[in-house]
Amino acid sequence: MWWLLSATGAVGSKNLPGPATVWTALWDRISNGSIPVAASRSLIRLAFGMAVAAILGTVVGVWVASSQIVQRSVGSLVVGLQALPPIAWLPLAALWFGFTERAVVFVVIVGAFPAVAIATAGGIRQVSPVLVRAGRTLGARGWNLYREVVVPAAVPSYVEGLRLGWVFAWRSLMASELIVQGGKGLGHSLDRAGRHFDAPTILALMVVIVVIGLAIDFGFAVLDRRVRARRGLVPA
Amino acid sequence: MYSVPEPQLGVPKLSVRAVGKSFLTTRADSVPALDSVSFDVAPGEFVCLLGPSGSGKSTVLNILAGLVRPDGGQVLMDGRPISGPGPDRAVLFQDPALFPWMSVRANVEFALKMLGIPREERRGRAESWLSTVHLSRFADVQPHELSGGMRQRAALARALACRPQVLLADEPFGPLDAQAREILQGEVQRVWAETGTTFVFVTHNVREAALLADRVLLMSAAPGRLLEEYRIRAPRPRSLENPLLSRVVADIHDQLELEVRKVVARETGEEGDQPGLA
Repeated sequence: MWWLLSATGAVGSKNLPGPATVWTALWDRISNGSIPVAASRSLIRLAFGMAVAAILGTVVGVWVASSQIVQRSVGSLVVGLQALPPIAWLPLAALWFGFTERAVVFVVIVGAFPAVAIATAGGIRQVSPVLVRAGRTLGARGWNLYREVVVPAAVPSYVEGLRLGWVFAWRSLMASELIVQGGKGLGHSLDRAGRHFDAPTILALMVVIVVIGLAIDFGFAVLDRRVRARRGLVPA
Repeated sequence: MYSVPEPQLGVPKLSVRAVGKSFLTTRADSVPALDSVSFDVAPGEFVCLLGPSGSGKSTVLNILAGLVRPDGGQVLMDGRPISGPGPDRAVLFQDPALFPWMSVRANVEFALKMLGIPREERRGRAESWLSTVHLSRFADVQPHELSGGMRQRAALARALACRPQVLLADEPFGPLDAQAREILQGEVQRVWAETGTTFVFVTHNVREAALLADRVLLMSAAPGRLLEEYRIRAPRPRSLENPLLSRVVADIHDQLELEVRKVVARETGEEGDQPGLA
């Protein structure tokens, strides 16, 4: 369809280059090193932001699951945050950190952590009471009960939360890189290509962003499947 | 009415004294589940709690396990009040409740791990319990790979691994097919005879109760009270062909049917004596 649109000139080859042109642009940018550099910059930010978001999300999630009061107050706040597009944090982040890499990573963290927190809290709350009861009668109590029964039982939901969270992280990273100038990430490259009306490069970068997204999601899908198969939740 | 006895020789393993319990419903009224239930269980005794559904037999068991607090009365083990769950009282639930992320072996080791027993010893003891329930070959598989009967056998090994003094079982063979049930009844009798563990076993199956128990306690329809007590003196290993046993089974059946009719009468909104439905 893409090929058809560009080949028939319906959109104009300048604004919608054909797959072949994009492929050439992609290959050029990969071989001259600009895309690998940009991608690795972005991935480092993603990894760092996601790691902080995962830790923060886990802590907040466990906290939210710990009591009804926290659940109603902090829990609702986190759900509210989830409704806020992460990029809406950027003006505030820019105020605090300037238009810097820090601001970008901040947006990634606040973008991803609510999903992790919500999934963690939900996972813990949904742990089968049957298993908790069994754990208690087998002598697990307090912290031991949490570590040995509740947390492992919540792992499948937690992995789901990470899988959801990283998508938010990736989107917020691209969005804020587009806005915060002067960096070397994929979003920055996209912004620069836009300024140069370089449609083949724009499309090539979009392909890279999607492909990285698919690759990471595949990784989480494998993890998710393993965790579930081990518990007999899907056929191994 | 009762005084707390000092721990001494000859005290019952478990004492349930004038225990009552009501549950709050969603409409904030409370429904009485137990009405002043009292009984003792001697050390090493096998007691079955039998009753129509809703008779509160599972509630009694959960109170003994320390999972549910009674509203009134006392529950004692060796003369001391039971205040919460503990590894001295293992529980076998209707759902095997094996931890799905652990191998069968790790499940059996769980209680030992909670007691801080070193890995090597844990392994040895789990090994021996797994062989007792004929699951040695399945030590390293995940619970979901086992059949229903095998899961319940693994749960039995897990419950017994820390050598509890009391085993509380809540209709553990309810969902199993007849054959798996028979195998497990055999295993339970063997384990009981070999270990001297005190058993309190909840069931709604009269034959199962008669086959397993030294004493069957029949509970009434809700709110649960003790209705009748049957001491079963048939020699072990038992067979349901034994005329002594079949007579007891018939007796209990008659008594139970009266209770079930009461429930049916109440549920259909009709009071008083109704012609039998069974």
